Amino acid sequence: MSDIPMTEAAAITAPPSPARLLARKALRHRGFMLGLVVVGFITLVAVFAPFLAPHDPYKQDLLARMARPVFLGGDWKHILGTDALGRDYLSRMLYGARVSLMIGLVAAMISAVIGTTLGILGGYFGGKVDAVVMFIVSVRLALPATLVALAVVALFGGSLTVVVLVLGFLLWDRFAVVMRSATMQVRQMDYIAAAEVLGASLPRILWKDVLPNVMNALIVIITLEMAHAIILEAALSFLGLGVQPPTPSWGLMISEGKEMLLFESWLITIPGIALFILLLAINVLGDGIRDITAPEGRN
Amino acid sequence: MLKFISMKLGLALLVALTVSFISFILLYMAGDPAVSIAGEGATADVIAAIRQQYGFDRPLLAQYIEWLMRALSGDFGMSYYFKMPVSDMVAERLPVTITIGVLGMGFALVLAIPMGVLAAAFPNSWLDRLALGIAVVGQAIPSFWFGLILIVIFSVNLGLVPASGTRHWTGYILPMIVLGYYATPAIMRLTRAGMLEVLSADYIRTARAKGLNWRSILFKHALRNAIIPVVSLAAVQLGFMFGGSVVVETIFALHGAGFLAWESISRNDLPTMQALILIFSMFYIGFTLLADILNAWLDPRLRSG
Repeated sequence: MSDIPMTEAAAITAPPSPARLLARKALRHRGFMLGLVVVGFITLVAVFAPFLAPHDPYKQDLLARMARPVFLGGDWKHILGTDALGRDYLSRMLYGARVSLMIGLVAAMISAVIGTTLGILGGYFGGKVDAVVMFIVSVRLALPATLVALAVVALFGGSLTVVVLVLGFLLWDRFAVVMRSATMQVRQMDYIAAAEVLGASLPRILWKDVLPNVMNALIVIITLEMAHAIILEAALSFLGLGVQPPTPSWGLMISEGKEMLLFESWLITIPGIALFILLLAINVLGDGIRDITAPEGRN
Repeated sequence: MLKFISMKLGLALLVALTVSFISFILLYMAGDPAVSIAGEGATADVIAAIRQQYGFDRPLLAQYIEWLMRALSGDFGMSYYFKMPVSDMVAERLPVTITIGVLGMGFALVLAIPMGVLAAAFPNSWLDRLALGIAVVGQAIPSFWFGLILIVIFSVNLGLVPASGTRHWTGYILPMIVLGYYATPAIMRLTRAGMLEVLSADYIRTARAKGLNWRSILFKHALRNAIIPVVSLAAVQLGFMFGGSVVVETIFALHGAGFLAWESISRNDLPTMQALILIFSMFYIGFTLLADILNAWLDPRLRSG
């Protein structure tokens, strides 16, 4: 039994572990890696904003208003210039990354919980439960998300908490739809039937057998909905009914720079490009995760 | 088919009823409407009088049913802010929103369908990559920023089109592009996926083997089958676009229903808000119903499901 060469040979020819296969696929996927690096970078910037920011993002300096960024002839004291109130633009950009990421993450988590619960229940039970779930989804889709979000923020005031909650409670539809169909597929599997025969309780089956097997799809939707929440927050703040001044939100900065559109268009270009890069990276990352976790031979 | 339509119609009515209740309830989440009508510094007597005059002192359900009955006959009450009948304002503003919505959808279809077909016909070619690029950028670009950038380039620097308003027809061009680009990625992806599936079908191989013209195979035989899900997606997207036109109308200062929604929301004009949320929902519900029926008509397999 202690035939060492044999086991070594077996180890060499044995297929690589699933985790290693996944890692290999991930490293080879250009979009995934690019998205990961950019999102990781912006996350680090957001986390360490207090250490990286050269100035206080709220401090006004009316003598240094609308200083131009370095690449447009400004000086190095304010690398990205200052806004109409003389606040350092780079510092506001760095703190703005916090607002975007925080809102995206928390809103996506809230909607993930709501949508996944509805979707798994509908997909697992089918029949009347499913009909009710689909009805709730139809009602949610029929309500114009932007208008309802604007109205609720107008009624309850534009604090960060209100914006996050509104988005979280509005953007769960895709979770419900995707989780429902993923659960329907898992429901057909023998291991679910086995768990039922073994007498496993319903919460246990849903939590231990269904949820882990729809996790891949869930992670993809979480990334995509994060991007959705970030873009909607920016739009709400742009319309003046999202995050309120003086909080540095990229959407709000574009709105504030809009007045100077004709003369100082960099005021809207800088936060716009940052927003675009963040959203692009998150979307590419999400698409990458979908490709990597898809079973062989599917794309 | 008749059974299918009546089932879908019944469901749509139920959704519409629920949505109407939600948009009505919105008014009650806002606190006391009598206070907001009376304005700041009103005495308690005035507020009580208004409460009675508008009927806010009656049970919620009774008020809802009355509001719904009036809404059904086209009466959404008076605007708190504009002091005009809400239905008159909406009727005046809606054509602008419908125009840019339809133009935007036209733009999206004209861009997305040929690109999707070509991307599927030449997978992994530069055309495919270009289509993917357009879709990926379209998903990530915030429409309000895209609109401002277009204004800077085409109105301010090149002076080709007006930056705002619709006094001249060219004022519709930029809003059409911004709103249409928003709908493009989904339509293009679906067209490409559908075409790839159809092109691998046996009858396409037969048609090619018979020596049929490749272009006529692509656009006649294959597209006809791949387009079915695209039609229903486009209908649903059009519903979304009407509701989402608030952003585009605000940037380009188009006085449509979306802009009216923004004005009424920022001024706490509840009857107008309620009416617009309800109307935009009804558009969406109508378009989805239309899409379902159209789908069933085009693809008989769906009728039983």
